[in-house]
Amino acid sequence: MNIVENFDLFAPRLINKQELFSSGHRACSGCAEVLAVRLMCKALGENTVIASATGCMEIVSSMFPTTAWRVPWIHVAFENAAAVASGVEAGLKALQKKGKIDGRYIKVVGMAGDGGTMDIGFQALSGAMERGHDMIYVCFDNEAYMNTGIQRSSGTPMGASTTTAPAGKVSIGQKTWKKNMPEIMVAHEIPYVATVCTSYPLDFIRKLEKARNIKGPSYIHCFSVCPTGWRSPSHTAISMGRLAVETGVFPLYEVENGHYRMSPDMPKKPRPIRDYFKSQGRFRHLTDADIDMIQNRVNKEFQKLVEKTKYLKTGNE
Amino acid sequence: MGKRVGLEVTVAVAEAVALCRIDMAGVYPITPQSHIAEHLSSLVADGTLEAEFVTVESEHSAMSAVIGASATGARAYTATASQGLLLMNELLPIASAMRLPICMAIANRAVSGPLNILNDHSDIMPQRDTGWISLFVENSQEAVDLSIQAFKIAEHKDVMLPVNVNIDGFQLTHMVEPVELPTQEEVDEFLPPLTPHATLHPAKPVTMGAFSMSDYFTEIMKAKDEVIKNSKKIVLEVWDEWGKKFGRHYKPVESYRADDADILMLTMGSMGETAKIAIDELRQKGVKAGLLKLRLWRPFPFEEIREALKNAKTLIVTDRAVSFGGPGGPVFSEIKSALFAGKHHPAIYNYIIGLGGRDVAVRDFVGMFEKILSDKDQKAKDTYEFWGVRE
Repeated sequence: MNIVENFDLFAPRLINKQELFSSGHRACSGCAEVLAVRLMCKALGENTVIASATGCMEIVSSMFPTTAWRVPWIHVAFENAAAVASGVEAGLKALQKKGKIDGRYIKVVGMAGDGGTMDIGFQALSGAMERGHDMIYVCFDNEAYMNTGIQRSSGTPMGASTTTAPAGKVSIGQKTWKKNMPEIMVAHEIPYVATVCTSYPLDFIRKLEKARNIKGPSYIHCFSVCPTGWRSPSHTAISMGRLAVETGVFPLYEVENGHYRMSPDMPKKPRPIRDYFKSQGRFRHLTDADIDMIQNRVNKEFQKLVEKTKYLKTGNE
Repeated sequence: MGKRVGLEVTVAVAEAVALCRIDMAGVYPITPQSHIAEHLSSLVADGTLEAEFVTVESEHSAMSAVIGASATGARAYTATASQGLLLMNELLPIASAMRLPICMAIANRAVSGPLNILNDHSDIMPQRDTGWISLFVENSQEAVDLSIQAFKIAEHKDVMLPVNVNIDGFQLTHMVEPVELPTQEEVDEFLPPLTPHATLHPAKPVTMGAFSMSDYFTEIMKAKDEVIKNSKKIVLEVWDEWGKKFGRHYKPVESYRADDADILMLTMGSMGETAKIAIDELRQKGVKAGLLKLRLWRPFPFEEIREALKNAKTLIVTDRAVSFGGPGGPVFSEIKSALFAGKHHPAIYNYIIGLGGRDVAVRDFVGMFEKILSDKDQKAKDTYEFWGVRE
């Protein structure tokens, strides 16, 4: 039985019914990122403190004097979510050690978009991970600076048209390959790295729960479909996420203490990327040759990952 | 009373901060601040200080981390200088807007370019309008006293603002001077545990650092201005309490032989010590010279400045920074604006001195007085000059 298609049947037992991220926020219709935030809060529960970077999720959730957050939440600036989170973790740790606050286990979370993670927040993230704070960092990757108006980031995929790397007569749009952020985090030798997508809520929740139970730093890379920025209909957010996974453009996997595991939702044989590209305006200008060029790269990267899951296995597999 | 010991000023400051029982420090190395961080880390390593010491990867992250820690209700501390302070700049108005009682030492150092590691005030001056309470010290004892007072001021329920203590880099930070450290009991008695307004804790979820557009932004800025202006009252109360307890008295504007002076000089920071010697020399020569030392930079003590200058005929303002293309030094500019609103208007002159660690000796201060005294027609009035510049 397909779990996702029978979600109503499974949901009550599999998901926290508490809404720690409330309705009434200002996200675009069809935003998969805000759904991811809601799922993250459900998975982590109320004993969570979140430090958020500037970005879509910050402005849609915290318009003064309102808030969508039912967990403690702080926003300071764009490039420092990981640094703020590490300070929150240090502060809570010191206060708990001295008995100034109760001793419950609180998970500290840093969150940012792809720009806030891969570009401007990269140093702060690397520092926080290297220092080994007990925290989860979640990158909500919608593949461009959507909050400021769809400008390219180092997370924008090859060939996508954005407002600062537009497709034109002599340009295919983004001319660089997407930065492989999860691999960079794996290289920090942190206990847990995982990729997630809101189109796979149970996989998403399981990985977040796992990260919550790991002492030390973990990194979650969340593929967050942005219909506004990707120029696709707002009802396609979930199907688009599934296509990204099924085509191998965004494989779901986890790396626990250096051991790779492909998620059960991953198909053995990925679909052609054309299926994923065709309903997105940002890829509309690509020629068959362009798509073939990208397909080759996706195949190669996917195969590399498959090899890692073969050779870098956990002991009990 | 603690005993009198000879310590490098940075070490004495770190000892003072440890006496404040900080919960967390987030520091990044930069000359001439690093000895504060090093000594704090050794106090943590020895178990003398029970705190989380976070060795961040930049000053930007240092300030971010202390903001995060302070938001949990922890007593958080950092120290920096020069480029490090400029890197923090983005976060300084956020810390004050969030009403976080963070304390920070600044080992004042010139700002690049060209790169320079020595002392002037060009690092703190661009931070003037960030909503931090800003204090200047002249010697080791003041550095120790104000480092402790800073927490008491910052954490007062009617203040809840960050405080920076400015300690001249090298010229002061690296001096070994006799200093009296209060005992732990005395500090505990003076400085109660921090009681924050709101904290990041699941027991009572709060949203901090919300987003605000034009509908509330002006009101939030007005609130910040009110609170920092009103903080002067608390600063004075804290100094009064300190004076009664420790016998060392602090004022927003301090004076030396100023009461009957015809010509006054104003300094900020460690140069006051040298200027005092110059005043004594001038007095011996029959010049009725006096000195004012500005301790409280923000909130700016307008009334105290006007009061201190009510009888002065001439005032020489010294600045250790330049407002390029502006009215001269930043201190000069503030003093002029303070006097403009008053009735008494002494002739006012400005010297830019001691940039990038350039030594300013007693003879330089004497020279400044003599030059102004010889300006009979007050031709140089209201202008500024780079003292001793080679042209």
